[in-house]
Amino acid sequence: MTQSVVVQVGQCGNQVGCRFWDLALREHAAVNKKGIYDEALSSFFRNIDTRSGGDGPDIYKGKICSLKARALLIDMEEGVVNEILQGPLRDVFDSKQLITDVSGSGNNWAVGHKLYGYQYRENIVEKLRKTAEHCDCLQCFFIIHSMGGGTGSGLGTFVLNLLEDEFPEVYRFVTSVYPSGEDDVITSPYNSVLAMKELNEHADCVLPIENESLFDIVNKINQMMNSGKLGSTVKQNSLVTSSAGNAKTLQEKPFDAMNNIVANLLLNLTSSARFEGSLNMDLNEISMNLVPFPRLHYLVSSLTPLYTLADINVPSRRLDQMFSDAFSRDHQLIQADPKHSLYLACALLVRGNVQVSDLRRNIERLKPSLHFVSWNQEGWKTGLCSVPPVGHSHSLLALANNTCVKPTFIELKDRFMKLYKKKAHLHHYLQIDGMEQSCFSEAVSSLSDLIEEYNELDATKGGPRTDPSRLKIAV
Amino acid sequence: MSIVTVQLGQCGNQVGHEVFSCLCRDLRGSHGLCSRRENQSYQDACRERFFSEEESGGLVARAVLVDMEPKVISQTLSMAARSGFWKYNEHSHFCQKQGSGNNWANGYSVHGPRHKEAIMNLVQKEAERCDRLGGFFTTMSMAGGTGSGLGAFVTQCLRDAFPTSFILNHVIWPYGTGEVIVQNYNSVLTLSHLYQSSDALLVHENDVIHKICAQLMNIKQISFRDVNQVIAHQLGSVFQPTHPAGGGSDYSRNPLGDLLEALVPHPEFKVLALRNIPQMPEDSLAYNTFSWPGLLKHLRQMLIANAKMEEGIDWQVRPPPPRSSISSHSTAKALHFNTSIANLLILRGKDVHSVDLGSFQDPSLYTSWLNPQDAFHARKTPRAFNKYEKSASLVSNSQFLLKPLDSVVGKAWNMFASKAYIHQYTKFGIEEEDFLDSFTTLEQVISSYTTL
Repeated sequence: MTQSVVVQVGQCGNQVGCRFWDLALREHAAVNKKGIYDEALSSFFRNIDTRSGGDGPDIYKGKICSLKARALLIDMEEGVVNEILQGPLRDVFDSKQLITDVSGSGNNWAVGHKLYGYQYRENIVEKLRKTAEHCDCLQCFFIIHSMGGGTGSGLGTFVLNLLEDEFPEVYRFVTSVYPSGEDDVITSPYNSVLAMKELNEHADCVLPIENESLFDIVNKINQMMNSGKLGSTVKQNSLVTSSAGNAKTLQEKPFDAMNNIVANLLLNLTSSARFEGSLNMDLNEISMNLVPFPRLHYLVSSLTPLYTLADINVPSRRLDQMFSDAFSRDHQLIQADPKHSLYLACALLVRGNVQVSDLRRNIERLKPSLHFVSWNQEGWKTGLCSVPPVGHSHSLLALANNTCVKPTFIELKDRFMKLYKKKAHLHHYLQIDGMEQSCFSEAVSSLSDLIEEYNELDATKGGPRTDPSRLKIAV
Repeated sequence: MSIVTVQLGQCGNQVGHEVFSCLCRDLRGSHGLCSRRENQSYQDACRERFFSEEESGGLVARAVLVDMEPKVISQTLSMAARSGFWKYNEHSHFCQKQGSGNNWANGYSVHGPRHKEAIMNLVQKEAERCDRLGGFFTTMSMAGGTGSGLGAFVTQCLRDAFPTSFILNHVIWPYGTGEVIVQNYNSVLTLSHLYQSSDALLVHENDVIHKICAQLMNIKQISFRDVNQVIAHQLGSVFQPTHPAGGGSDYSRNPLGDLLEALVPHPEFKVLALRNIPQMPEDSLAYNTFSWPGLLKHLRQMLIANAKMEEGIDWQVRPPPPRSSISSHSTAKALHFNTSIANLLILRGKDVHSVDLGSFQDPSLYTSWLNPQDAFHARKTPRAFNKYEKSASLVSNSQFLLKPLDSVVGKAWNMFASKAYIHQYTKFGIEEEDFLDSFTTLEQVISSYTTL
């Protein structure tokens, strides 16, 4: 069994990360009734004996003593991390896993990447090494951050670079929250595009998330709950937006519901690696199957169902509905419509009581309405994990490598160019040691190249298919 | 003689487990429909072939379990032990932590050499536990990374370490609409490599077995377990003891050798298919009786029309008339007539000795370069198998795989032309030339089988 380490950077990264750990504990508590520290838990948690002050050796078998998250919390402001350390999760984190500063990055990628990066490099490397040493077989780093700010965006991508240098064999999965058009941070386009270049070059897989989509999903659920029709029969803990604690005692912060969705994404992504199933889908398989060309590693994700009704009997029609929903525009975690764009590859990770025949039936049913690239007409990767998420009898995570990410990138570029043409706010960046104008031009060039690659693929959509001629054998 | 089974990857281990379960169930079953002495003899032969015995009488499967991640092996070991009747040897397994990531190159070029010694040690130990080694049987899928890549490597190692032993690879052909996106690459690489080191490839197609589950076994929500149980039944019907061709009361001692000698006359033609009839849910068994002529008629048509189950057979397909002119031969071809090189028919159960097998000896079923006496073989065993009063299995070396093979090679070639995913393979040492070599090998196989 392998381990993964979560590196949460910046305000957004840490808030989402916090939700992740909360829900991960809940998921394992639901499955692990006997309180034994098992392989599944070890993928994200260490088990230590607190009596030896946290420096003692890890306990690999037997009862759970004290669980510590395999995580690194980085923020250049103290507020968020302090809040986490005073909250219900304080015992899950080791004080040695934190890197904080006081003044923040001022929404400036250059401050995060060049200034703090340089300053904290050794500290970060040392802490990463420590975390890796506690792992028997480290398979993946999960970075959680936002693109629009300074710390998450700048320092986050600095850490990404670091990970590639120090741990080249370990996968780097990045969950990036992209800014919306109405983002109140004026320089978010600069920060995002500068960060994109790093993601293009150093990440194995990127799961882009847009706040608007999360917001829409939260609204949808709230409307459904308040409409009175189905509200009373929904299982509270099954909401993809719900936190672990009891709803009455929990004081939910405004972004919690949205962040819970992202946390659930990560849990589902890693479920088949942690739990058994009839067709396992590990993280290295996700990277292998969904990344046909090194730079095209942006995966659009969707989670279904968003909630479960309390009645347990699930007719197969509802199961099929789950599959249909996974491809609908309102379930995607970015503003995109994969159904009307071109699929390069698609992965379906099913959890719970679903068998291969259900999977096949739905693939056959949905295939005709989807457009796949000519060289991957039947490009499906499937996984069946027996353990469902909390509150559900089954669930589905769909990951698509699809050209529908293109509009997001094009908009980003447009917003960037609007500012860049007028050289607005550039001086804030250029005054940082190590930042030059070329950083900007290279970054936007990298983004343009990426967009162009997607354009070329889109151009092949719907065109006549001429298969290349086969090798001829002399008879 | 004993057979050592090597289970590779998730699929290989899941299938392997069902096979041993099936063999054990049949072994213990009281529905032998034959004399006690006959039954005893059958059970002894089966035990020697597949199991070693503990002092307490418990059966231990002669198997080595290999996987690059631990979950499946630990599940397989515990499921077997829970049965109470048989289990695996606690030490006969090898696993790692990370898996192969569906990457053939990772399985073949990285895991293979790295773990060769450890794996071959386990195989050697199992082989030494046999009084007489009858050969190796491997179970694997082609679509993933471990079964396919590491499986191909291990097969090569087996060939190097045991140059005179028989090696039969059981290969699972993935569903046409993907389980794995790079399955066509993995399949092409696996098949081309196995062709060099294996004696024969016994192929089961997921799509086909799925249909059997849906239409014959009436299973509503088909799981991989269901699929694997059908496969296990089919394999069991072939590998359980049979009387040798000349008759006689003893069971044949060289199962793999017999099979390969009968079916693989030429090393260019190594791909074998399995057809078994009848197949039905266990609770229907009591309500159905069959006659041998009826069963054989269906089985023969299944062979020539390339059907894999007794429903939906195309009865229009006929073999070409003897000494046919070019035009009628091509008509037969146009109706998708499945030409055979060799066939092995295994009959088990009641009234086996009275069966007339003339229809299978018809020369028009076969290519011209073997006499029907050499191309067709039959084994009759009065002891019934797995509660079926009568069961007939046909193992054939024929053109059956042409269409699926051509389809897989075509799709892989299409993807290769766009260079998609190639960087994932070159990362681990499989270059474009290696791909081209594999394509060439398989186009050759396709060509050979087409011109039968």
